[in-house]
Amino acid sequence: MVEGIDGNGDSHRDRRGRSEERSIDGGYLAGARAVMPFALATVVLGISFGVVAYSLGWGMVAPITFSVITFSGTAQFAVASVLGSGGGAVPAVVAAVLLNARFLPMGVAVAPSLKGGPLRRALEGQAVVDASWAMASREGGRFDREFMIGATIPQVIGWICGTVVGVLVGGVVGDVERLGLDVIFPAFYLSLLVEELRDGGRTITVVLIAAALALALVPFAPPGIPVLAACAAALLGLRGRSS
Amino acid sequence: MTALWITIVAVALASAAIRAAGPMLVGGRELPPGANAVVALLAPALLAALVVTETFGEDGRLVLDERAIGVAVGALALALRAPVLLAVALTALATALARAFV
Repeated sequence: MVEGIDGNGDSHRDRRGRSEERSIDGGYLAGARAVMPFALATVVLGISFGVVAYSLGWGMVAPITFSVITFSGTAQFAVASVLGSGGGAVPAVVAAVLLNARFLPMGVAVAPSLKGGPLRRALEGQAVVDASWAMASREGGRFDREFMIGATIPQVIGWICGTVVGVLVGGVVGDVERLGLDVIFPAFYLSLLVEELRDGGRTITVVLIAAALALALVPFAPPGIPVLAACAAALLGLRGRSS
Repeated sequence: MTALWITIVAVALASAAIRAAGPMLVGGRELPPGANAVVALLAPALLAALVVTETFGEDGRLVLDERAIGVAVGALALALRAPVLLAVALTALATALARAFV
């Protein structure tokens, strides 16, 4: 059932080669199309980041530069919150690194599905963002490379455009939380999660364990660690495989 | 302002390095068969953790507030097979209403 574990490496490569060829036209576009609702939500989140950053006195150039070179909502909001509450550069960077540490196992997971030498793979790895990565996850642990890259591009554009709008309207817009916009992302992640849950069985168990682990760690662990540690629930995949 | 720019550049470099690490270190090698089953379950685990921490977590505490009402409404809509955008809009609306009136 899992591609790549049967002995014949050549036929495996052939199958993969064919599926890649077929997806060259559709893959990127399919990813971009599927992610559109997310990209719109990313614009809204980008606006709220721009508003927050502007309100902290960061001016216009710094928040926009930040979004262009980092494109990570969680890390950027963490930096804003640490610096905004009077923290220094070191705790701000540490918080951002902890929050983004989940990209490490995600990058390992996606690695065999990327293309080219180490440098190109490092570059393609930059396309790992939560929604694209989760949506590109396929049966048997493989990832649809073109779909993931195609899904990331609109989100990055949306994030940057949102930030630009946010710093421009910074003084005008008030509290974004009043509009309930901060729950857009948990709602979207939930919609992706519902798709995953249709697999049933072990997936449901993993989801329950991951949620419980994350909640249990929130009061004790630094930000980012609960989400990272919850990924360990996926180790349940090892059970029942050994014969 | 310098502290801000140092932070921005450091976070950008760190994020890029973290995203690059897995693909560079693993390269094109296939993960061992057992790992594939783990990888296939990573996405639901990550999504579940993101949902609960963004719904119930706030500054290192667990809180039950208007976000929970909104996300519960969204979950109900999704369970009833509402389109994603509608479910998300209902989530935001329910949260905003709860904040305004409860």
